[in-house]
Amino acid sequence: MTYIALDNLSLALAALLVVINGALSVALELRLERKLLIATLRMVVQLLLIGLVLETLFALISPLWTGLAALVMLLFAGREIMARQERRLAGFWSYGLGTGCMLVAASLVTVFALTVQVSPEPWYNPRYALPLLGMVLGNTMTGISLGLHSLVTGLLRDRVAVETRLALGANRREALQTVTRSALQTAMMPIINSMAATGLVALPGMMTGQILAGADPVEAVKYQILVMFLIAGGTGMGATAAVMAGVYRLTDARHRLRLDRLAPASPQ
Amino acid sequence: MAPPSGFTQTTRDSRNRRAAQSAGAQQRVTGDAMLSVSDLTRPGLDPVSFELDAGECLVVRGPSGAGKTLLLRAIADLDLNQGRVALDGQDRDGIPAPQWRRLVTYLAAEPGWWAERVGDHFPDWVAAQPLVEALDLPGDCHDLPIARLSTGERQRLALVRVLLLDSRVLLLDEPTAGLDPDAAAKVERLIAERLAGGCSALWVTHDRTQAARLARRWLELDGGQVREVAA
Repeated sequence: MTYIALDNLSLALAALLVVINGALSVALELRLERKLLIATLRMVVQLLLIGLVLETLFALISPLWTGLAALVMLLFAGREIMARQERRLAGFWSYGLGTGCMLVAASLVTVFALTVQVSPEPWYNPRYALPLLGMVLGNTMTGISLGLHSLVTGLLRDRVAVETRLALGANRREALQTVTRSALQTAMMPIINSMAATGLVALPGMMTGQILAGADPVEAVKYQILVMFLIAGGTGMGATAAVMAGVYRLTDARHRLRLDRLAPASPQ
Repeated sequence: MAPPSGFTQTTRDSRNRRAAQSAGAQQRVTGDAMLSVSDLTRPGLDPVSFELDAGECLVVRGPSGAGKTLLLRAIADLDLNQGRVALDGQDRDGIPAPQWRRLVTYLAAEPGWWAERVGDHFPDWVAAQPLVEALDLPGDCHDLPIARLSTGERQRLALVRVLLLDSRVLLLDEPTAGLDPDAAAKVERLIAERLAGGCSALWVTHDRTQAARLARRWLELDGGQVREVAA
């Protein structure tokens, strides 16, 4: 395997492209230049830092440090799920429900891949564990946030219909079925679309990366197929668990709709 | 509707059971009450106690915002509430909520629809047909989209949907508010048939003449307070 290392000068030249964007923004009064500058600086600093962290972790191959890094990734992704909700659950559940379901789904899928398909030595080798977890996590996170968001907005929108079904003697699962179904469809749509379009419309990032790093395209494709399966599994498991938990949290044992368990709408 | 077989027997049994229960407790026990509500309360509603006999219709009146809807929803257990509600002496807490709501059924003033077409809201359209026709609704409206119906048509269809459950108690929230006098009279007649069959009803209405026509006892709700008024 051979790959072409980049020197700093060529990176600096590429940065000129962003500088051109900034100049355009000034010239056309788009008022984007400040945001663009901050985002570019954040990107560079964050990536350099994570490069150093990964270098250290890969040298250590320690279960403790690898686990800690995985936990930090999970907690940040959990915060992201919460941040993407328009109306959150009240109290602990606003963070706990999405994060908990994601933690279980993403860890299960990643450990499965590490122990059965990829089997590096040792199985928790961070060079394999962290990128795989990252890819699964990113997509599971999107699925869970979409699912919960759609569930809550759907219940707020269809409250009257749901309560009518309850009043007619439906149990909570039956009464919420329409909303639950559309929440899970929304959650699964990105991964289904991306599986359908991949290879035709877009070359997935991981596969492209492996090819640039000198891997045989067919081998890279096999890895990508594995990752797609992992993502579909993680997203499906995580979103189903989160939406079901959401259904149970927003109803009670007497089969009432409990929208009072949502945090009050933020005044806007 | 034919009254459930053994209906009288059930009432008599329950009366005995309730009499036994209230031997020590201070509880109003009158006649052969079917639904008994004691100290039912929830935010926005002061404790309410009343009893509803089999075949009786009790009108609930009061200004807007007095808690009429809250009272009906609390009885149907659709919102958090405290207090004791029993049907034929059997405590509500001992009955699974979906089953309770099929026995004591709430009809909202603005009922909801969860599917596209009319027929999708009825488990058995053949059974619904006679009621649909009795309320002057088009008999072939099974395939119509809900959105094509007028408010009044939707209100009557929702009533049909509720009546198909053969509930013991109907909690009716302004069931004739959007209807012309003709249609309203048909609704009243249909409910009267159910009452004659042993069903009972709580009926929210703003209309004084309708209230006088429907019931001998009124429940006046005012600022969350409840008073029982003999008409």
